[in-house]
Amino acid sequence: MSQMNTTTLLLSRLQFAFTVSFHIIFPSFTIGLAAWLAVLEALHLWTGRPAYRLVFEFWLKIFGVAFGLGVVSGIVMAFQFGSNWSVLARMSGPIQGPLLLYETFTAFALEASFFGILLFGRSRVVPWFYLLSTAMVALGTTLSAFWIMVNNSWMQVPVGYVIKHSQFVPDSWAKIIFSPVLWVRFPHMLLASYLTGAVCVAATGAWYLLRRVFTAEARIMLRMGLALAAVLLPLQLVFGHLNGEYIVHHQPSKMAAIEARWHDEKPASEVLLAWPDVRNQRNLFAITLPSPLGSLIDSDSLSAGEVGLTSIAPENRPPVLIPFLSFRIMVGCWLVMLLIAWRGSYLIHKGHIEQSRRMLWATFFSFPLPFIATLTGWFTAEVGRQPWVVYGVLRTAEATTPFLTTGSVLVSLLVFCIVYILIFVFGILYIYRILRAGPEGRLVLPTARAVPNRPMSVLDDHAGVPLARQAPAGE
Amino acid sequence: MVMFWVVVLILSSLIYVLLDGSDLGVGILFGLTHDETRRAAVMGAVSPIWDGNETWLVVAGVVLWGAFPVVYATLFSAFYLPLLLMLAGLILRGVAFEYRHRAERMRWLWDLGFAGGSLVAAFIQGLIVGALVEGLRVTNGQYTGGPFGWLSTFAVLCGLGLCIGYSLLGACWLVGKCEAEIRDAAYRLIPYLAGGLLVFLVVVFAYALAEHLRVMARWLDRPYLLLFPAIGTIAALVAARSVRLRRDGIPFTMVALIFAAAFGTLAISFWPYMIPFSITISQAAAPPSSLAFIFWFAGIIVFPLMLLYTAISLTVFRGKVRSTGGPY
Repeated sequence: MSQMNTTTLLLSRLQFAFTVSFHIIFPSFTIGLAAWLAVLEALHLWTGRPAYRLVFEFWLKIFGVAFGLGVVSGIVMAFQFGSNWSVLARMSGPIQGPLLLYETFTAFALEASFFGILLFGRSRVVPWFYLLSTAMVALGTTLSAFWIMVNNSWMQVPVGYVIKHSQFVPDSWAKIIFSPVLWVRFPHMLLASYLTGAVCVAATGAWYLLRRVFTAEARIMLRMGLALAAVLLPLQLVFGHLNGEYIVHHQPSKMAAIEARWHDEKPASEVLLAWPDVRNQRNLFAITLPSPLGSLIDSDSLSAGEVGLTSIAPENRPPVLIPFLSFRIMVGCWLVMLLIAWRGSYLIHKGHIEQSRRMLWATFFSFPLPFIATLTGWFTAEVGRQPWVVYGVLRTAEATTPFLTTGSVLVSLLVFCIVYILIFVFGILYIYRILRAGPEGRLVLPTARAVPNRPMSVLDDHAGVPLARQAPAGE
Repeated sequence: MVMFWVVVLILSSLIYVLLDGSDLGVGILFGLTHDETRRAAVMGAVSPIWDGNETWLVVAGVVLWGAFPVVYATLFSAFYLPLLLMLAGLILRGVAFEYRHRAERMRWLWDLGFAGGSLVAAFIQGLIVGALVEGLRVTNGQYTGGPFGWLSTFAVLCGLGLCIGYSLLGACWLVGKCEAEIRDAAYRLIPYLAGGLLVFLVVVFAYALAEHLRVMARWLDRPYLLLFPAIGTIAALVAARSVRLRRDGIPFTMVALIFAAAFGTLAISFWPYMIPFSITISQAAAPPSSLAFIFWFAGIIVFPLMLLYTAISLTVFRGKVRSTGGPY
């Protein structure tokens, strides 16, 4: 491959990494938030407490902005497979195309139909139907995640296909959709989203308690957020471990990279922390647990042999540094969140979390952790799959559009960077303003303003309604 | 089953052109207004529906990938730079709906994004159609035209033409949606836009004749194609009359009909090619196992639901927008 092609390939990969990383931030947040909104609405119906309703209305506004940014950045993804990875798009089109079609058709149909009711229809429908709409939006976001995970899981462990006329032709959709790999990865992603929602909600509650504002709503947020996180985090460990099992089984090269295991070991030791020295194929500053702990962690066995990188052909080896480090960052975030969620839930149970400002600060500052964990988890999965785009059958280098020029990709990467940074900065600014204004920013719902299919328009109401300006927001 | 997906693709693209065409046109016209209350009202005329309109672009995109992966892969990579610009335009105009209200000092930026983004998106769509009519350079099923293979006088001409066309559609939309000054201003614009479009059509026709474009031969081969231009002409006459009589509801329907006729002309003159004149529908179709998978649920159940939903959404928001307040 010529020098120019390597640069183009690298730029295309950078662009994909940048746009998909930007994108995943929003869905991972909104999938969890949608489920949380459904729970809140159910609680409101059940208990009749107005505080639940206030908390619901408040998070609905944030949901609107985040959802809009997720939609906009998602469209770019749908184009990018064809523009930068046209060989992949052509070859795997018969499988990945229909899966994405299902995502658009099923998720859009649900979201489009019920989102308008969610945002503007409260006064127009009976309460149970409103609850149903909330649940349908949550289902829509979940379905969207499901189809994306089917797609990605097929790229990780391709099944149910034959190769005909240099295309991957599906011969068993059942195998593709009921792939065991998918059914451990999809829950892993869902749990990550729920955790993201839970931690952000708890952090917001902690922030209000620290500022001594909106205490009634803040207590609900803190209590529910921490309790949910305390329950889900151990469960996430289970699914994380199950993910490890499929990797050992189907992607030994990825596992070797995650563990920075350079040589075959039987039974294997476990490198906890180290700096992998790729050139000399060894680990520097390693803190290592003795064997058979590596076999125990990776294969649930005291004697299993584990594959080392040096026994994988050099052209099939993934990069080591990113999977190794990002996996450890992900687990580290998980651990910190676990400590905060358990300690916080314990203090809530004892009734003195509000006296512990240190705990409140810790909870507040934990809000970036689930995002970092999700991103690093994806870095591990995607970089660890390299050099393959469809594991074992299609190389990333062969999947890129052959006639793409370095100049074109450079321009597109720059344009995406500028546009995304612009909309991100302002989107975050607006979310921050809503957060600062707090749950009492709006008490009266507009009545005749049903704007279905237009997520972010919920915010527009404020533009014209002076009420919002009275909120204690710093403009 | 291939035919089913051809129909879905044609329908989705036509719905996209008619619906998002009008709100892109409104976005272009937004750039011509300066007064703040007018700007708010112009934006309000499309703000409830633009997002739903744009989803049809995604629908058309995934139908291409799901049912005609070869076309998806070829077109999206061949039009790399134009599509990039279109996406950037669509993103900027999309967030403008939400951001401009809350901006204080930055409002100029989102206004620029809204008008500029709409203009760029409209221009690129016309450009792509123009380049397709001329024919892309494809060798052995691979695009070989280089990064600027789509760039030609004809394509640029078509880009400009679609900007005028969408503006006309947008002006008719405003006539139907707005009252008082905005409606009157839109009425005054319509003759100029219609005249511009007519000039464009004449020039394109002359160009096509002069350059012996292959599309022209198909028109001569298939005289029944003239049915579509005939429909378009009748619609144009009805539209002209309704504009003179100030019948607010009619111009949009008629201009939409003109667009549908033009769209039909294109679709049939491409037939049986998906990328004229290199990849046919049957060459592009996904394998039967893929088509069957999307047909049995997404195709026959979900797609009609999506059509129904769009119809409901448009019904809910029919009628005039008050020009005083914000969006509805």
